[in-house]
Amino acid sequence: MGLVAGRVLVAGEGGGPLLRLDEPISFWGGVDPVSGTVADPRHANFGTSIAGTVLAVPSAVGSSSSSAIMLELLREGTAPAAILLGHADAILSLGVIVGEELGYAGIPILEMPVGELVSFPQSVQLHVSPEGIVTQASS
Amino acid sequence: MTLELTDYERSLIGGSQGDATAMAMRILVSAAELVGAGELVEIRSAHIDGCLHHGDGGVEFAERLADDGGRVAVDTTLNVGALDLLHPDKVRAGAHKTAMARRQMDAYVRMGAEPTFTCAPYQIGHLPDVGEQVAWGESNAIAFVNSVLGARTERYGDFLDACCALTGRAPLHGLHLEENRAATVVVDASHVPSELKARDVFYPVLGTWLGLEVGRDIAAIVGLPAATTRDQLKALGAAAASTGAVALFHVVGVTPEAATLDAATHGQVPGRTVALTAEMLRGSLARLSTAGQGGRVDAVAVGSPHFSMGEFEHLVRLVSGRRLAVPFYACTARGTLLALEEQGDAEVLREAGVEIIVDTCVVVTPILPASGGVLMTNSGKFAHYGPSNTGYEVLYGSLEDCVDSAVAGRALSSPEIWAW
Repeated sequence: MGLVAGRVLVAGEGGGPLLRLDEPISFWGGVDPVSGTVADPRHANFGTSIAGTVLAVPSAVGSSSSSAIMLELLREGTAPAAILLGHADAILSLGVIVGEELGYAGIPILEMPVGELVSFPQSVQLHVSPEGIVTQASS
Repeated sequence: MTLELTDYERSLIGGSQGDATAMAMRILVSAAELVGAGELVEIRSAHIDGCLHHGDGGVEFAERLADDGGRVAVDTTLNVGALDLLHPDKVRAGAHKTAMARRQMDAYVRMGAEPTFTCAPYQIGHLPDVGEQVAWGESNAIAFVNSVLGARTERYGDFLDACCALTGRAPLHGLHLEENRAATVVVDASHVPSELKARDVFYPVLGTWLGLEVGRDIAAIVGLPAATTRDQLKALGAAAASTGAVALFHVVGVTPEAATLDAATHGQVPGRTVALTAEMLRGSLARLSTAGQGGRVDAVAVGSPHFSMGEFEHLVRLVSGRRLAVPFYACTARGTLLALEEQGDAEVLREAGVEIIVDTCVVVTPILPASGGVLMTNSGKFAHYGPSNTGYEVLYGSLEDCVDSAVAGRALSSPEIWAW
């Protein structure tokens, strides 16, 4: 049972299967908010659903319009259950903060060293606490 | 760092200026804490990039603020939307998307923002002074207001731009602070032939290179002509902000914070110096085209950023008395179209076959013929985003080449200017 702590960018609680992306992603142009899948054909995880996962990415890149896509994911119910970022990103976090203002259910976003994420096997069930502690859910 | 707020700023959270401003202030405070700002800074103007419809959540956000009585606290212009409100039949979009895009644009106007709907607000009179604190969205406008006008903004985007406009505040960090505006990379263009540097077609290519190679670092470019025009700097910044996160560059002897190289670097030794070579520029030039040279051209688009009066006057000279054989779109601000109508140029352009698009552009809104094919452009930004956003292949060339190709219906180019 692994346990790591991240810096809380957006506080919240959530859990689901780990989906580790090995390359950065731009939510704008890279994620389809209606289906909640990776929509950039050049991305290694093209076609993979991020909905309900604990999504771990080295970094979010690209347009500031990614805030709007994050908001759409929350509105459509296709958002990840939590996001773990290798590098802090204000743009995705802003999408969640705005979503919570509008009354949508929010999700936690943590910043943590990407290296520590590798210790978790892909698809393992993870839980993120409001304090930013990531634990492996006992099965 | 802990965020310190003034009594007035705290009162906004408490609702002293109404529910909408309170919500905007809560979001702004969260954002300021995320970027580690110690305080907020008072801004003099805003440019909101939140009018483009990405989904109905953006409409809900804008309408919540407008319905709760939100009013912009500073002079605020609006970026493009997803519709040409003056020529709605030119956009191919479903009824729901059209209605929601319209509501999103309307909500910002209800809050007191000017219905400018342009990505180049600096061409229609929104011109902050040197050193003025502002909060602008839209990557090309950010690069222009920082670099060419010398005002100070960070990169703002959806939601945060509106929160800054409603509260009149921005997180004090990044490029708002003098010490973060020094050039750390010197780009030496002195070996580029003067004839090439005098041509508009050079600047998007230089910008494409700058975005890829310099990115978030701040460049001081030396060796550009003192007569470099604002349109050329606009094209440089727009291309640089497309291929990289460029929000500020200096051109020594041209831009306001770069009277000398020493001024641009704040007297510090630059981290590195890069001398531009023909090979570097040809590499960037090649990146701007996905279609082969010499083939057919199915459409031409210009005006990203939106065409200026000066650019239109050039286009009028090029198309007068000629007939364009393929669809030719020129995107601009409604205010610029009005001026073109008044001086009779709009008629000359339409007679030649130029379609003038306002409030939006062909890369963010479905306007190009659905049949697809090859799109020719003189814009580095259209060339960068064209393939993914429109499905067209792109071909980059000068405005002269664009017009000649549109008349001929096939790609004509002048590659010899790049050989040196």
